[in-house]
Parts: sequence; C-alpha cells; structure tokens
Amino acid sequence: MRALNVNKSRLSRVFRRGPWEALAMTLIAGGIIMLVQPFSIDLYSYSFVTILAGTLSFVAVSHFPE
Amino acid sequence: MTTIIHPENAAIEGIGEPCKRRAGVAGKTWRARGLSDRAIAWLFVAPTIALLLAINIFPLIWMIRLSFTSLNLSMSYLPLRFVGLDNFQDILTDEDVWARLQTTAQFVICSVALQVVVGFGLALLINRQFRSHSFWTTIILLPMMLSPAVVGNFWTLLFQPQIGPFNYLVSLFTGLPPSSFSMTGEVALAPWTIVLVDTWMWAPYVMLICLAGLRSIPDYIYEAAEVDRASSWRQFWSITLPMTVPFLMLAVLFRAIENFKMFDMVNLLTSGGPGSTTELVSITLKRAAFEKWRTGYSSALAIILFVTVFGAANIYVKALKRVKQR
Repeated sequence: MRALNVNKSRLSRVFRRGPWEALAMTLIAGGIIMLVQPFSIDLYSYSFVTILAGTLSFVAVSHFPE
Repeated sequence: MTTIIHPENAAIEGIGEPCKRRAGVAGKTWRARGLSDRAIAWLFVAPTIALLLAINIFPLIWMIRLSFTSLNLSMSYLPLRFVGLDNFQDILTDEDVWARLQTTAQFVICSVALQVVVGFGLALLINRQFRSHSFWTTIILLPMMLSPAVVGNFWTLLFQPQIGPFNYLVSLFTGLPPSSFSMTGEVALAPWTIVLVDTWMWAPYVMLICLAGLRSIPDYIYEAAEVDRASSWRQFWSITLPMTVPFLMLAVLFRAIENFKMFDMVNLLTSGGPGSTTELVSITLKRAAFEKWRTGYSSALAIILFVTVFGAANIYVKALKRVKQR
C-alpha cells in the first residue's frame, strides 16, 4: 500500500501540468515559426507535424494535475 | 414582480386547484408526469448542439475525410480515390504555398505591431480623462463595429486613383498628382494598404484591451512613485508598461490569430493582387477550393490552417487565464 502511494506521488510529481504545458506551448510556437519562416523548406515541411504534436500534447497535458 | 390574486378570483381561474394537487399527492405525480431538471436542461441545449453538429462538427469531419482523397469538383464524375497523406505532402513541399504563408506572416507582424503601437497610444490618451473623452472613445471605437465587407468596400472607393479622396489627401502633402499612383494596384504600396486598413479597423480593439489594463493599475502605486520623485517617463517604464504587458500579450495573440485567417477585407481590397503580392494563405485556399476546384487539396490546406489556429488559440486561452488570475 505504501509502495503504491510512493509510486503515485512520484507519478504526480513527474506529470505536473505546468512544465508539460510549457513544453507543449513551445512545440506549438516553434511549429508556427517553422511554418512561416523564409529560410528552409525542410523546416516548413516538418512544421505541421510539430504543430499537431504540440496541440495534441497540449490537449492531453491539460488533464494533468496542477 | 409579484402578482397578488384575490382568493375568490383564484377559485375562478383554477389557480388554487393545481397548487393543492402539487402540494399533496402530487409531488410525485407532477415529477412522474413532467420533465426532470436534467431533461429540461437537455431540451434547452439540444437545438444549439444540433446546430453545432450540423454546421460545425459535421463539415469538419467531412473535410478531414475529403483531405485524404483526390476529389476535384470540376471532375466530380470520377470515382473518389483515397490518396492517404499525398495532399498534405503536396502542400508541405509546395513553394508557392510556403511563399503565401510568408506573406501572411509579414502581414500579421506588420499590422499587429502597428495596432499595438497605435492602440496603446490611444489608450494612454483616453486614460487621461480629459473633457469629452467619452465622445472621443465612441468615435475611435466606430471602425471596429463595422463589418469587414463594408470596410473593404468603402476603402476601395477611398483608394480610387481618380475619384478617391485618399490620393487627393496624399497629393496635398507630397505634391504628387493624385492619379499618378494607385494604393491597391502597385506592388510596393498594396501590402501597406491592407496593413493600413486593418490597423484603422482594429487598433481600437487593442486600445480597449490596453485601457482595461491601464485602469487595473491601482493609484497607490503611482502615488508611491510620486513620493519617490519618479519622473513620468520612469513611471511609464517601471509601472505602466510592465503592468499592461499581460493585456498587451492578450491583444497581440488575439489579433495575430484573427489576422492569420483574414480573408474578407483583403479579398475586397486587393483580391490578393497585384500578381500575388497580397495573396494571403486564406485567399490561396479559396482559389484552390472554388477556382481550381481541388477539393481534396484545399481540405488538407484548411486542416493545416485549422490546426495552426487551434494551437495558437490554446496559447491564447492560457494567456487569458494568466490575465484573469492577476
């Protein structure tokens, strides 16, 4: 029982909303910059995947505990 | 308002009777015959949900489905072919679409920057509470209340090289003949034209948000700064600006999202021209969908734009929460 509680608290420490949300927002912002930057078409090609990953992860991490 | 009913009249109108029924046996009967609170709530919400499903969710799902097909409405007799991610690959390797996205970004950056400067300046002025400031606030807010279609049409008239007053105004200051230049027809001027009109229309919105930020700063902070003999410039840099930044961020995000999907005003003003100088990505999308009839391709482009706007909107909502917490 105690081991279970320790695991639970460790999990809740790892899956805190704040840092994950920040990471997801960084991905979204990075993807948008990649989409409109005028320097590399390769970055442009991977922009949509980046934005999609950021958006989906944002939706997922918004359900994490504070 | 409370209506008082005389006991005699109550009997005539049959008001007493149902009351008795409800109060007596009928607590249960009423519940059994009538609708529960939950059912009534659903009844009220159902039309909205049905409408949302019909005009938002269903087209979205349909569009996602079409984005994986080769559907071309000019050749709709051909069988629908599933092409997987080909449409997305085409778009994400197409240099024309990339160039249009860059044009959109340039438009967004220039117009939002101008709107923030003008809007913040206007908010600082209006916040001074001078005489007849409410009248001027109303006048400043007028452009924001107009429809973009109306704004596009009347600015097209104002920019007419022969009869438009804008060219005459410019010629008054510069000495150039009014019909020697066309704001919407020249490569160098057209991008600035849409930036100018968008700023004219939406700077008041930024002003409103900044005004809310300025009014939320407590007076005692300025009073403390006065006691410390801080100059007005110092007060602006150390109090006004830092405390208005979250509101400014909110305005910037909201206007950036709106400008990213701007269509109507630009379509009326320049239709993306001259050439493709002012062709924003929303105009490219319209051309692919309704001029070239490449439905599968345009659905994929619409999804890319949708995901981008949705992602940016998530950041916006997060910023909004942060402002609310203040």
